[in-house]
Amino acid sequence: MSSFTIASIPREELLAPGHRMCQGCGAAIVMRHLLKALGKDVIIAHATGCVEVTTSLYPETAWRVPWIHVAFENAAAVASGIEAAVKAMKRKGLLSKEKRVKAVAIGGDGGTYDIGLQALSGMLERGHDVLYVLYDNEAYMNTGIQRSGGTPLYAWTTTTPVGKLWRGEWRRKKDIIGIVRAHGVSYAAAVNFAYITDFYAKVKKAAEIEGPAFIHAYSPCVPGWRHEPHLTVKIAKLAVQTGTWVNYEIERGTFRVTTPVPKRLPVEEYLRLQGRFAHLTKEEVDTVQRMVDEDVEYINRLAGTVVIGPVERKS
Amino acid sequence: MVEKLAEFVANGELDAEFIHVESEHSALSAVVGASAAGARVFTATSSQGLLLMYEIMHIASSIRLPVVMSIATRAISAPINIWCDHSDFMAASDSGWIMLMGMNAQEAHDLVIAAYRIAEDPRVLLPVAVGYDGFWISHTVEPVYVLEKEEALRYAPKRVTWRALDPEKPVTMGPLASPEWYFEFRVQLQKAIEGSRGAISEALREFGQHFGREYREVDGFYTDDADVVLVAMGSVTGTAIPFAEEARKAGLRVGVVNVRLFRPFPEEEVFKHLENAKVVAVVDRAINPGSPFVGPLYSDVAVTAFKRGLDIPVLNYVTGLGGRAVLRSHLEAMVKHAYGFVGKRMRDVETHYGFVGVRE
Amino acid sequence: MASLPGWRTLPPGAVILEPGSSVRYKTADWRTLRPVIDQEKCVRCRICWTYCPEPAILELEKPYTAKSGRTYRVTYEIDYDYCKGCGICAEECPVKAITMVEEVR
Repeated sequence: MSSFTIASIPREELLAPGHRMCQGCGAAIVMRHLLKALGKDVIIAHATGCVEVTTSLYPETAWRVPWIHVAFENAAAVASGIEAAVKAMKRKGLLSKEKRVKAVAIGGDGGTYDIGLQALSGMLERGHDVLYVLYDNEAYMNTGIQRSGGTPLYAWTTTTPVGKLWRGEWRRKKDIIGIVRAHGVSYAAAVNFAYITDFYAKVKKAAEIEGPAFIHAYSPCVPGWRHEPHLTVKIAKLAVQTGTWVNYEIERGTFRVTTPVPKRLPVEEYLRLQGRFAHLTKEEVDTVQRMVDEDVEYINRLAGTVVIGPVERKS
Repeated sequence: MVEKLAEFVANGELDAEFIHVESEHSALSAVVGASAAGARVFTATSSQGLLLMYEIMHIASSIRLPVVMSIATRAISAPINIWCDHSDFMAASDSGWIMLMGMNAQEAHDLVIAAYRIAEDPRVLLPVAVGYDGFWISHTVEPVYVLEKEEALRYAPKRVTWRALDPEKPVTMGPLASPEWYFEFRVQLQKAIEGSRGAISEALREFGQHFGREYREVDGFYTDDADVVLVAMGSVTGTAIPFAEEARKAGLRVGVVNVRLFRPFPEEEVFKHLENAKVVAVVDRAINPGSPFVGPLYSDVAVTAFKRGLDIPVLNYVTGLGGRAVLRSHLEAMVKHAYGFVGKRMRDVETHYGFVGVRE
Repeated sequence: MASLPGWRTLPPGAVILEPGSSVRYKTADWRTLRPVIDQEKCVRCRICWTYCPEPAILELEKPYTAKSGRTYRVTYEIDYDYCKGCGICAEECPVKAITMVEEVR
C-alpha cells in the first residue's frame, strides 16, 4: 500500500473529457480516479444522478468501459444481475474463465442512502461479487439540490431552505457505512480524493475482494455546496483535517482509520468556505463542532485509540 | 413458477444463477442487468409485484433487451385480493413488451419457451411477457408436458443476438437523450413491436412443427356463422368454448375468439372472426376507470372493428374481477343480452358496457 | 436537426457504440479564466494533472530543460479544448506555477 504513490497513477484515461459535469466537480475527480484504479475489466451499473446524465448525453459517452444506466433506485440490483450473468456464462464456457470481470455499481447519495437502499441491502445480503461505490455530494444535486439522507446538519438545500422557522437541514447525516457493515460485508471504506493514494489503495482492495464491497467517496459539489470551483480539493482536505470526514476502512470486521489527524482544525474552517452553511450563527457553528467532536469520539472508540486528535485553535 | 425453477436449480436440472431478490423491482432490474451482460434470463410475477416492476418494464423494452417474464394475472389492490383478473396484465400493456396470454397450464409453459425465440430474434429484440390466469391456472393442478432441455434448446438455441456489455467492446446503454434524440427512439420501439409480427408467427408455427402443439395469435371457434361472437382472453375461453357448443344446440349461434397475442394486437386476425358477426361481445377481466371504453380488451377490439368500418354493436361485459368465477350462466346472460342488439348499429347502443356477476 | 440520423438508422435501444465519444464535445467555452502553466516554475509533481476533473491537463512525454539546467522527462500542458477554467490546478499547485488569466476570445 505504501508503495503506491501519486506517480503510480496510470496515465490512461478511462473517463473521457467533454462530459458535462460542472466546473470544479468533485464527482468528476472521483469517477476519473475510480476508473483508473479499477482498470478496464469492469462492467458498470450506474444509478440515475448527476454523473449519469452528464456523462451519457446521447449520442456521446464519456465512458470507455462497458456501462449501463437503468433507473434511480436499482443500480445494486442491476449490478447483481450483471455479476450473476458473468458467473453463469463463465461456468458454461461462454466467457473466458481466466478473465475477471468485476461488476461495479455507482450511485449518488440519493440513489444510495434513500431510494436505492433496499436494492443495496439485497445485493449486500446475497453476497454478490459487486463493488458498490457511493459518491456522496450530500443532496439530490441532479434534480436541483433537494435534501437526502446524506445531507448534513444545517445545510441549506432547496427543500431545507433557510427561513424564519427553518435553519437548513435539522437532522444528522445517516451512517451509511454502519448500515453496510451490519450486512457483514468483507470490506467497506470511506475515501476522500484529497488523499489520493489512500483512495487508490482502498478502491483496489475493494475491487479485489471476492464478494460485496462498499466505497463511500466524498464528493464536493460546486453549485450544491455553493463553493468556489477552485476550492474543491481544498474543501475535501479540510473535511478530513477538521474531522468532519474520516478516512477509514472496515476489513473483515477490523476497523482502521487510514488518515490519522493528530490535531484537528476547527470545523468553522470547513463550513465558512461553503455557501450552504453561510447562514450559521456562532451558536450553530458550535453545535456542529460538538457534533463533530462526538463523531470523532465514536471513531476513536472504534479504533481503540486516539487517531483523530483534539481541535487545535489558531491563536 | 419461481419455486419450481428453484427446484430445478436445486436438483442440478437447470444450470443457472438463481438470484433471491428482495423485491420485484430488483427482480426485473437484475434480469435487465444480466440480459445486458449477455445472459438468457427469466423472471415471474403477479399483481402488485408487476406494478412494482412497471417502471423497469418500460426500460427493458426501450433498451431492447430480450427479457422473458411470466405473469400469473391477478387483481390489484385495494382492497387486497390474491385472485384472478387481468388488471395487472392490462396495466402493463403500454410498456413496449410483446404480451401473450395462455389459456391453460400447458400454454403457460409452452409460450414461455416460444417467448425466447421471439424475444431473441434479431428482427425483434423486445421483452416478452406470458400471462396466465392467476389462481385458475397458477394454483390448480393440470398435467403438463414439460419439454426436455435439449429439445427446447433445439427449438430456441441460445445466441447473443443483442448488444451486450463487454469490456472488450465497451458500449454505453441507457444514456440521456435530449429532445433532439428521444422521439426517434420511441418511434423505433413502436416500429419494432409493430414489426415483430412475422417473427412471432414463425416462432409459434415452428413450435408446432417441433412439439406438435401449434398456437396461433388468435383462435376462432364457430365464428363463420355466429350471430354473437364472444371475444375473451385466458382461462375464460376454456369455459366459453363448451358453452358455445351447448348454446348452439339450444339455437343460439355463438362464436368464441381467444386472443392469445395481446401486444402487438393482432387486428387482422381478430377482425377475421368478427366480420360475419351481428354483435360482438367482449369479455373483460379488468377495467380502465373513466375511459370511454371501460374494458381494455374492449378498447382494442372496438377500435379494430371501427377502423374497418364494421358498424355492428360491439359490447363490453366486465366480469370475474378479483377471482369471482365466470360461469357458463354468466356467459349465457351476456349472449342473451347481446342477442337483443342483433340487427342494430353501434350508434343505436345506449350503454355499451355492463358488469356481469356483480351485486347491485 | 434535420441532418441528424432518423429512427431507421439509429442503433436499437439508444446504445452508444463508440467509447469515450464525448471528446467530440469541446467544453472550452465554459471557461472565463484560463490556466497558464509556467514551465520554468513547474516541478512536475503531477498534482494539477491528478485533480483536473475533466481531464484537461495532458501529461506529455516531452522533455523540458529549465534555465536552471534541470531536465524533466514530462511536460504538463493544458488541453484548452476541454478546460472549463475551474482553477483547481492553480489552487493546488504547490509552487504556484499556474496562474489563472482572463479568457479573451
